[in-house]
Amino acid sequence: MLATMEYKETEQATATSVKVHVEGLRFFYGASEALHGITLDIPEKQVTALIGPSGCGKSTFLRTLNRMNDLIENTRVEGLVEVLGDNIYAPGYDLAELRRRVGMVFQRSNPFPKTIFENIAYGPRIHGVRDRATLEEIVEKSLRNAALWDEVKDRMNQSALGLSGGQQQRLCIARALAVDPEVILMDEPASALDPRSTAAVEDLILELRNQYTIVIVTHNMQQASRVSDFTAFFYEGDLVELGKTPNLFTCPREKRTEDYITGRFG
Amino acid sequence: MTIHFHREMESVKSQILRLGTMVEEQLYHAIRAVEELDEDLAKTVISQDDRIDQKEVEIEEECLKVLALHQPVAIDLRLLVAVMKINSDLERIGDTASNIADTVAYLKANQSDSRKSFAFRTMADKARALFKRSLDSLINMDEQLATEVCAGDAEIDELHRSMYEMVEEGIKSHPENVGVYLRYLRISRNLERVGDHATNIAEDVLYMARGHIFRHVHEN
Repeated sequence: MLATMEYKETEQATATSVKVHVEGLRFFYGASEALHGITLDIPEKQVTALIGPSGCGKSTFLRTLNRMNDLIENTRVEGLVEVLGDNIYAPGYDLAELRRRVGMVFQRSNPFPKTIFENIAYGPRIHGVRDRATLEEIVEKSLRNAALWDEVKDRMNQSALGLSGGQQQRLCIARALAVDPEVILMDEPASALDPRSTAAVEDLILELRNQYTIVIVTHNMQQASRVSDFTAFFYEGDLVELGKTPNLFTCPREKRTEDYITGRFG
Repeated sequence: MTIHFHREMESVKSQILRLGTMVEEQLYHAIRAVEELDEDLAKTVISQDDRIDQKEVEIEEECLKVLALHQPVAIDLRLLVAVMKINSDLERIGDTASNIADTVAYLKANQSDSRKSFAFRTMADKARALFKRSLDSLINMDEQLATEVCAGDAEIDELHRSMYEMVEEGIKSHPENVGVYLRYLRISRNLERVGDHATNIAEDVLYMARGHIFRHVHEN
């Protein structure tokens, strides 16, 4: 019976197409190796949660998916990272295009000190949208998708910094959506929010799953179990286990996963 | 927090084992009361059933508390779910003990020769042994033993079937003893239920150990 369940799980993973394919990924901060050969596929229009104790490499891994680690000096990548079929570390790869296709939401909301409208319109403008009506359309659509429109539609010209923490985080999600990405990376998107705003962001993630491929790093295991379809457990730079979230949280295959999620170490 | 949680899990475990022991004792006394037609012992069994019911509620509340406060996962979640189910099986076995004890007063007042044909002892021993083994499999998380328990229930079912035939024959040939025969049937049916509950417990032990639901699989 177990064998059948595993079979179905594999079947499901291959039935949907893979948006991000990572193979033998090693990552170095100077001489120190932070990721020891990670191989992992991220399926389309699913939420994949990365969990693990601090320093396990989950955030480093997330940042390799849109080359955010390039900004850190003295780092090095080995192995293959394919996003939407392209090797993103290939020489000459268009970084601006990568950032458009792979949006990112950070732990602390970081709106620009501009109006709500300008925050959302910024990305599309950079990518060449000039027409006011089109921009307005994109702004409204993005805010609606981020479940923020009704709360801000009458104050589009006010500063984004006047929004609450939870609203600011949803604004940042709207900003990421505005450039029409296919993959959204989220690094602890709700860890600085109160329970109500956290619930709003989690609901939003579940909504967005229908249109986007989402990878989320979270320290909150209940959050991983609530919002994700797949969960990957990282430990000391290794991917220990990747499985369907309900299976991983009821009956993990690996002892280390079980020990971590039940609080026996970590 | 974690230490506190694991302490609560240990407490849940020891409470379910304690209930198991209480129920085992009740069943033992109920069977002895029938065997020796000991009305006092039967009354004690019946009156003690309240304690079992109370303990069942306590354990369920404890499990709900741990679920709500700690949101356990993996083995801890499986253990709590299994304990909640085993808890209600134990309470039901407690009821069967009470039901068996309940026949003693009538059987004592209406003693008859038919008793010789009532293979009560064999069936009672088998049901008790199966129940005890299911508890052992729980205590030691013993998958092998739990699997054996699941297979062992068939024998008790068979004994119950022959008991049914014996009762049917007895009523036909000695209609004056119909009351006695109906009580034999009641005892037999309750012992058969003990076997079923022991099987449930063993299935929950298997779920706890393996993480997938074993129920109904071995039947096919």
